[in-house]
Amino acid sequence: MSGADMAAGTSRQIVLGRHDELKKRQRMVIDVDGTGIGVYFVGEEVRAYLNICPHMGGPVCQGKIMPRTLELVADNGKSLGLGFSKEQLHIVCPWHGFEFDMLTGRHPIDKNVGLTPIPVQVSNGDVVLTVREPRP
Amino acid sequence: MTEHSIPNFREIGEITGSTDSRDVLAHATRQAARNFDDYLIVDVDAHVSEDHFWSEIIDLIDNDVLRQIGQHQVKGFGGSNALLNISPGLSLQSVGGRIGHQGRREPVNDDSVHRFISTARRSMDAMGLDYQVVFPSAMLLLGMHPQDEIEVALAKAFNRWMIERILPIDSRMKGLLYLPFNSPEACEELVERYGDTEGIIGFTVCSTRNKPVHHDCYMRLYSMIQELDKPLAFHSGYHWGDPSFAQLNRFLSMHALSFTHYNQIHLTNWIVNAMPERFPKLNMLWVESGLAWIPFLMQRLDHEVLMRPSEAPGLKRLPSEYMREMYYTSQPLERTNMKLLEATMEAMNAETQLLYSSDWPHWDWDSPATIDSLPFLSEQAKRNILGLNAARLFKLDTARRKPLAEDVLANRPKTAS
Repeated sequence: MSGADMAAGTSRQIVLGRHDELKKRQRMVIDVDGTGIGVYFVGEEVRAYLNICPHMGGPVCQGKIMPRTLELVADNGKSLGLGFSKEQLHIVCPWHGFEFDMLTGRHPIDKNVGLTPIPVQVSNGDVVLTVREPRP
Repeated sequence: MTEHSIPNFREIGEITGSTDSRDVLAHATRQAARNFDDYLIVDVDAHVSEDHFWSEIIDLIDNDVLRQIGQHQVKGFGGSNALLNISPGLSLQSVGGRIGHQGRREPVNDDSVHRFISTARRSMDAMGLDYQVVFPSAMLLLGMHPQDEIEVALAKAFNRWMIERILPIDSRMKGLLYLPFNSPEACEELVERYGDTEGIIGFTVCSTRNKPVHHDCYMRLYSMIQELDKPLAFHSGYHWGDPSFAQLNRFLSMHALSFTHYNQIHLTNWIVNAMPERFPKLNMLWVESGLAWIPFLMQRLDHEVLMRPSEAPGLKRLPSEYMREMYYTSQPLERTNMKLLEATMEAMNAETQLLYSSDWPHWDWDSPATIDSLPFLSEQAKRNILGLNAARLFKLDTARRKPLAEDVLANRPKTAS
């Protein structure tokens, strides 16, 4: 199912479970009638993305989760080497290594490249995913 | 309208370096099922992490002394890199483990065929490949090995291993005979011995080396290959030890430049020294440099040759015209600017000269969808690039050899997707 398909047609809501329990996990990837969706828990925030990489269609949500790598530079312009971000996490596609910010779904360098978001919310303590059915 | 219903969902797992290839590549199988399951697809360049089988190759070395050294290294620090000149500490391809299939080690329970075949079949079926040409990735840098006799010994052993143990098992797998190019007479002996072997569809030179391809020591070799009417491939690679590349501090920088660098050097020597006129029936194939370098080199060489014809007096046409008659593999296909890619494919006659290659399981591999999804190609052009051009060049039967993509999807283990 493509992103366009997901945006069309009727929708249904899927209760994944209690937020208090699920947020102990960083991620769950689910298959809903053949459509893969990655659901991510960052503190109290929840995000969900289609499990299809915008690069070449890889299973982007099934790869590693890594901290963003930073180029550390001193005030005088000298390099302080590489470092891991303490705030930002990246979703890494296992096919070719494309990386996406877990909260925004955007590529760290080319903001025009991003994951397809899937509506998700916490409702009465439940994590609820809204999956749109493709038009027949 | 919003429906509240009991969902039909299941959790799926993380893809790691030990996940079954059919699960790693399930999305590629779906792409095949949707769009190109009826295409003939030939993958001209793939690697099956033969380092897992390196001890088998070491055991086939014909020189007693070198074999003993190799076998000793296999058991010790050298391990699966025995006798090789690669630097494990500089092998950064997986980006710190982010790309797990580089150097993958997946479980194989079927002992009825060689494990190499089992893993290769999985990836072939999952990508929808009818044929796959396998290439020794561990040997890509052997042209820079300081001991020429090691390259010769490993070339002989690898070729024997491929011809005696791998190719006879599955006719979907094909091989290019590895030529130890630093030792021309050894190359001639190998061509003489194995050139006609079934399953050997051409010859390959690892481009990462400092040997001028126009040197007279290679003329007999080229004559022999031309006589056999099988292509000669130059497979590019990287080498961080090259003084120019030693200035580059990131793997991506070195990789981006070096994989195009070595084939540019060899192709330039090939043309300026009029090798296409001297061996007009020898089909040349340039492997794993992507495509962006091709229009660059066409323009540079045409520009210079027009001004300095006395330095390329053997040419009867412009360099770009010779280049348009050569063959190229597609991976890693630069797809970030479709206008430039379209112009590149037009400039190089991609519809007849370009051959699909996956490079699986390396980190920058390309699925067949890399070609199939290009918006400016006709269906016939896609069919040519994905398989028919290779079938013509390598004289392959075009009858379907692969299982149906839907059957592959139904039968995969589904442990991770």
